[in-house]
Amino acid sequence: MVRVLHRLVLMVLVIWLAASINFLLPRMTDRDPIEERLAQALGDSGGSAIGIEEMVAEYQSKFGTDQPLWKQYISMMGDIAQFDLGVSINYFPDRVATHVMAALPWSIALLGTATLISFVIGTILGALTIWRRKSAWLARIVPLFMILAAIPFYLVGLVLVYVFSLSLGWFPPARGYGVGVNMDWSWTAIGNVIYHAILPAMSIVLAAIGIWALSMRGMMVTVQGEDYMNFARAKGLSNRRMFWRYAVRNAITPQITTLVLAFGTIVGGAILVERVFVYPGIGTLLYNSVLLVDYFLIFGCVFILILTVAVSLMILDLLYPLLDPRIRAGGEQHG
Amino acid sequence: MADAAPPAAPLEWGSSARFWRTILLYLGRNKSLAVGVVLLLGLASLVIGGYLFYDVKLAEPLSKMPARPPSADAWLGTDKHGRDLFAVLIVGTALTCKVGLLAGLIGVAVGTVLGFVGGFFRGWIDAAINLLTDVFLAVPPLLILVVIAANLGTSLSTTDMVFVIAALAWREPARRIRSQVLVMREAGYVNNARLNGTSSFGIIFKEMMPNLIPYLMVSFVLTVAAAVLAAVGLEALGLGPQNEPTLGMTVYWAMHYSASLLGMWWWVLTPVITLVVLFVGLYLITTGLDELANPRLRAKGA
Repeated sequence: MVRVLHRLVLMVLVIWLAASINFLLPRMTDRDPIEERLAQALGDSGGSAIGIEEMVAEYQSKFGTDQPLWKQYISMMGDIAQFDLGVSINYFPDRVATHVMAALPWSIALLGTATLISFVIGTILGALTIWRRKSAWLARIVPLFMILAAIPFYLVGLVLVYVFSLSLGWFPPARGYGVGVNMDWSWTAIGNVIYHAILPAMSIVLAAIGIWALSMRGMMVTVQGEDYMNFARAKGLSNRRMFWRYAVRNAITPQITTLVLAFGTIVGGAILVERVFVYPGIGTLLYNSVLLVDYFLIFGCVFILILTVAVSLMILDLLYPLLDPRIRAGGEQHG
Repeated sequence: MADAAPPAAPLEWGSSARFWRTILLYLGRNKSLAVGVVLLLGLASLVIGGYLFYDVKLAEPLSKMPARPPSADAWLGTDKHGRDLFAVLIVGTALTCKVGLLAGLIGVAVGTVLGFVGGFFRGWIDAAINLLTDVFLAVPPLLILVVIAANLGTSLSTTDMVFVIAALAWREPARRIRSQVLVMREAGYVNNARLNGTSSFGIIFKEMMPNLIPYLMVSFVLTVAAAVLAAVGLEALGLGPQNEPTLGMTVYWAMHYSASLLGMWWWVLTPVITLVVLFVGLYLITTGLDELANPRLRAKGA
């Protein structure tokens, strides 16, 4: 129980510190987003200033960007504690939460599915390379995936777009869904979304399989030398049972750790994939908000990312002893 | 201290002739290290040869007819700004490597100090360093980089880029070195040294450092690879130096003008293939060095 509490405090501390960095960093620019937005709005509306004073008033009453930094900080942290992410500067008067919530499902669906697929394929391939060393096709395909893993997702994406979209015309080159498609839950719409997601997902899966295969291979090497494997062999267990129940089951714990971590970090890491494919996810939203120095939108996007990383790290730390009884006995002995 | 020899010395360093022979023999056995070294040496000789025999000034805009496919005049074609892409390849690779190497060096140096201090002395200082690393690991790296780069604005030079990247490059080495130090400080030879009355300073520099060198090498290559990845990523987002033709910026402009939509495949493929060679080379060297640092992997030979 003390452990859980300790871990909770640590998580809150990490979130708070990271959120503070997130607060401070965008404000270190000498650009004034409200002024830029004003100039833009003025240009758009052909000189009439309707709505601009209203906007400024809204900002000053709500956030007070003219106030000293520490006051802004306190009011922001107060809002965050109530899960209020505020109003976007660029999409005024939309709330930040609206845009984050609209973008998040796209990212989660695309990146989550791609991560899961590559995890399953990569883990099994990695385990098999150790199990069936003499298999010729494994010996060829697995190193290939491992080399692909060295290449960033978006470069793979660029090549995929060129080959499968522009040369062969099989898949759309960009966007999350077709132009005339109505976004309801009909099969046409879902099919269209999947059709658009195939290339971006492929670029992640192709590059990520090797990462999973590599770490699983490492674990399988260790597991193979263990006494219980020899014991299982001596008992005359079937090859299949030995593979799944003895080898994979013991080797997979660190893989799951990495998977949880990957769920937390992949959204941040895939900003460029979303950009290559003009995908309507949180990466694109963050990128645009950074370009426009939209403090509140930046904070909203990043806060969600920090939250996912910190919470998944904590869940992991707490679940780990349950997954692997060996940890429970050990722990930190020196200190 | 006589019995404090490391249990498994990775290589025997002798006279320089024996040294090179050992290296070559080892490369023969360690295929991925050999291929990685060959790839990077090939890229390096292309760059050096390019600087010697090719007019790298052609990497500037408007130096040739824009948007031309590869020909005898421009071997890799030109982009929409009229840059000769072969010259861009030479200059861009050099710039990218400069950023990667320098940022990697700073990152590993800072990370090693942090990892060592935390792992060796433990206590509150370890907790503080750990918290710091946790916080910086929780903030999406690209956000920090994007914000710093956006603040520095368009006047960013590749030297500024080194510091932008180095600002985050220390995290992974700090983690890696700390966990290695944690294992090492309980090792028999360190305990022996401690019982002999060796000072902390002596233990760190005479006993642990020599054994850490393989890990430091792996860490360095990994950090360089991560730094190149981060730098190219930033540049590809259009947030890198604007006045120097880096590889990432070439990717950015190619995306910006939808080069592949225009059928200008040479514009996309030149930076992409160069980067792929660079990344794969770095990756293979890391794997090879890992094997060097981890003799257990060597014995299996999977």
